[in-house]
Amino acid sequence: MIGYILVLLIVLAAVSYFFGRKRAVRAVEGREYLLHSRPNYHGAFVAAWVGIPSVLLVLVWILFQGSVIDNLLLWSLPPGTTDGLSVGQTSLLLSEIKSVAAGNLFSEPSLVVQEAAERYQRWEAIAQWAMVGVAFSVALLGLAIASRRISPDFRARHGAERILSGLMIACSLIAILTTLGIVLSLLIEALRFFDRVNPFEFFFGLNWEPQIPIREGQVTAGGAFGAIPVFAGTLLIALIAMAVATPIGLYSAIYLTEYAHPKVRAVIKPVLELLAGIPTVVYGFFAVLTVAPAMRQFGEMIGVPIAPNSALAAGAVMGIMIIPFISSLSDDAIAAVPRAMRDGSYAMGATKGETITKVLLPAALPGIMGGVLLAVSRAIGETMIVVMAAGIIATLTATRLSPVTTVTVQIVTLLIGDTEFDNPKTLAAFALGLVLFLVTLGLNILALHIVRKYREQYE
Amino acid sequence: MVERDYAMEAKVEERPAIRVEAPAVPKKKEGDLPVEQNELKMKASDVNLWYGEKQALFDVNLEMFDQSVTALIGPSGCGKSTFLRCLDRMNDVIDGVRITGDIRLDGEDIYAPRVDPVQLRARVGMVFQKPNPFPKSIFENVAYGPRIHGLCRSKAEFEEIVERSLTRAGLWEEVKDRLQEPGTGLSGGQQQRLCIARAISVNPEVLLMDEPCSALDPIATAKIETLMDDLKKNLCIVIVTHSMQQAARVSQRTAFFHLGKLVEVDDTTTIFTNPTDQRTQDYVTGRFG
Ligand SMILES: Nc1ncnc2c1ncn2[C@@H]1O[C@H](COP(=O)(O)OP(=O)(O)O)[C@@H](O)[C@H]1O
Ligand SMILES: [Mg+2]
Repeated sequence: MIGYILVLLIVLAAVSYFFGRKRAVRAVEGREYLLHSRPNYHGAFVAAWVGIPSVLLVLVWILFQGSVIDNLLLWSLPPGTTDGLSVGQTSLLLSEIKSVAAGNLFSEPSLVVQEAAERYQRWEAIAQWAMVGVAFSVALLGLAIASRRISPDFRARHGAERILSGLMIACSLIAILTTLGIVLSLLIEALRFFDRVNPFEFFFGLNWEPQIPIREGQVTAGGAFGAIPVFAGTLLIALIAMAVATPIGLYSAIYLTEYAHPKVRAVIKPVLELLAGIPTVVYGFFAVLTVAPAMRQFGEMIGVPIAPNSALAAGAVMGIMIIPFISSLSDDAIAAVPRAMRDGSYAMGATKGETITKVLLPAALPGIMGGVLLAVSRAIGETMIVVMAAGIIATLTATRLSPVTTVTVQIVTLLIGDTEFDNPKTLAAFALGLVLFLVTLGLNILALHIVRKYREQYE
Repeated sequence: MVERDYAMEAKVEERPAIRVEAPAVPKKKEGDLPVEQNELKMKASDVNLWYGEKQALFDVNLEMFDQSVTALIGPSGCGKSTFLRCLDRMNDVIDGVRITGDIRLDGEDIYAPRVDPVQLRARVGMVFQKPNPFPKSIFENVAYGPRIHGLCRSKAEFEEIVERSLTRAGLWEEVKDRLQEPGTGLSGGQQQRLCIARAISVNPEVLLMDEPCSALDPIATAKIETLMDDLKKNLCIVIVTHSMQQAARVSQRTAFFHLGKLVEVDDTTTIFTNPTDQRTQDYVTGRFG
């Protein structure tokens, strides 16, 4: 029903577009050059007036119709029916009424419920038709208002453009508000966590055993929330990833900008960038099934025991994943160094290698740094590869070869199964999430700042 | 560091390709004799050049003498920069360039297979139209050449060479207190003189300048012109310029290019007062260009 109404309103808006056009043309008897705005702006203006308010109205209506009817229903029940019912029981009663109204009878409903169900059906129908009526009235009203304004001098283009920019602002606001909402909810839950656990312990404690205090009544007893091992694991894996990705990414960037034939470059660059598009789960498979066993075998060969779920495998595979961040941004940065720098260096009798290491790389360093920082932030936030490859034990290890855990993995384990959101175990996930968010946000801002500043230098 | 084979041919082997010491005395006093009496430094014979399919130079023949300034003039796009870039093989860097003919430095073919362009460019320096200091400190900009060619062993040697080059480029007094500041922070004219200092830091024998003043104001231009007068005492300078006044002021010989051909070359005074070719006449009197 709602779907039909929306489609109908949109069709109406489309029709009024042509109506507005036609009216504008008729207003000047076909001599379009007399119009201030082209006829299609008039059409768009009318269509916007017809479509936007009515569709918005329908959306708002849908948002509130349910709760208004619910409240009316509760209010109309015989006095005393809801006395002493908890919130949960009340909503149970409401859903019973609704399922009776929909014809799903599991047992003989009470008289009260049956009556309420009838009322519910009636009101639903009324509400629906009222909505249709109001929506179409608004649409027609819009049509009337807008088409009355059509005249040769009417600045429909300005009107249409203003409406369009309003729409765009609304869209970007939605994105911003969503982000704000995410941050706020993260912040609130994290604060609740820090209510129960001393922040000092969280940030500096060396012991991470969040499993203990979930039993009822033991919330404050024991349970170690020292996040250092988790941070350390994250750092370790990120470090391994960077150790793999930085040289490979940088060297491929240098090869692509300075050595590769344009045709080769046209093939290799997109292929490299494809690496970023592979789902991380697939990288996870690769880490678990291919890289980790290979590493263990290699370890056996040289007599070093390497745990199958070691940080080494996860870090290495993650490194492969973030190569494109580094190679792509470094490539841009090196290519952006003006030709004059190269010429200057060659004219001094520098070789290609000297020109690259002594002039191009220093000049491109900020851009390269930006790429590396973005890659780090990506590595820190990466979950799937580590969940699959590195294991979930939280221990601070001195060696690269045994299992470690990371912030993201801990968030996953903390939230699996237990969904009660009021014990420190689950809340800890939010605290970790907040830290992760702040760190990656900081890295991203820093990276973008560096990259932008660098761009300004040559433009 | 790449191993460098400085032996270009027997004659060159006798002396180091790069002289750290500037020649103590100019060989001749300026104006004593016609420039043609100076030592012949570079000689281009029948040079043709193609960018891909398009021919940009046609049978160019030009002699450039030591201790003098040769000016290349001509309308835009006539191949002056292209010809200049042939002289230090900077066209090698561009894809699809084909060159025929013969260009000699001190009698020796610079396009011979055994000549490494990298070494050649230490002997033939270049200054570009737009000042292009590296994004490094003033000191490092000048020390760049000596560093990559391994001319200096100690910090003191670097300091000496930097000071000498900056002094020759007439920039020392202005920057001696801020050698560690970025070269890109100087004014346009200072940047261009920094680039000249950078180019002469390895004591080249030839200095190519491609419209070195076209991005500068008149005062900075005057400074660079004075500087050229000074530098030519121990260098062969080839300059591309759009300004005929500049050519008249700084050069002893002038070559007029038109549509990729060298139309006429002669003493600067002759070119400007009594050219042989009608096109030269038209150009120097401002009838086209
Ligand atoms: N890299 C290049 N690729 C292709 N054509 C070029 C290139 N550089 C210059 N040309 C062409 O060669 C001709 C001579 O150019 P140039 O030597 O720069 O002229 P000038 O310096 O006398 O103004 C011009 O027609 C120009 O379009
Ligand atoms: Mg030019």
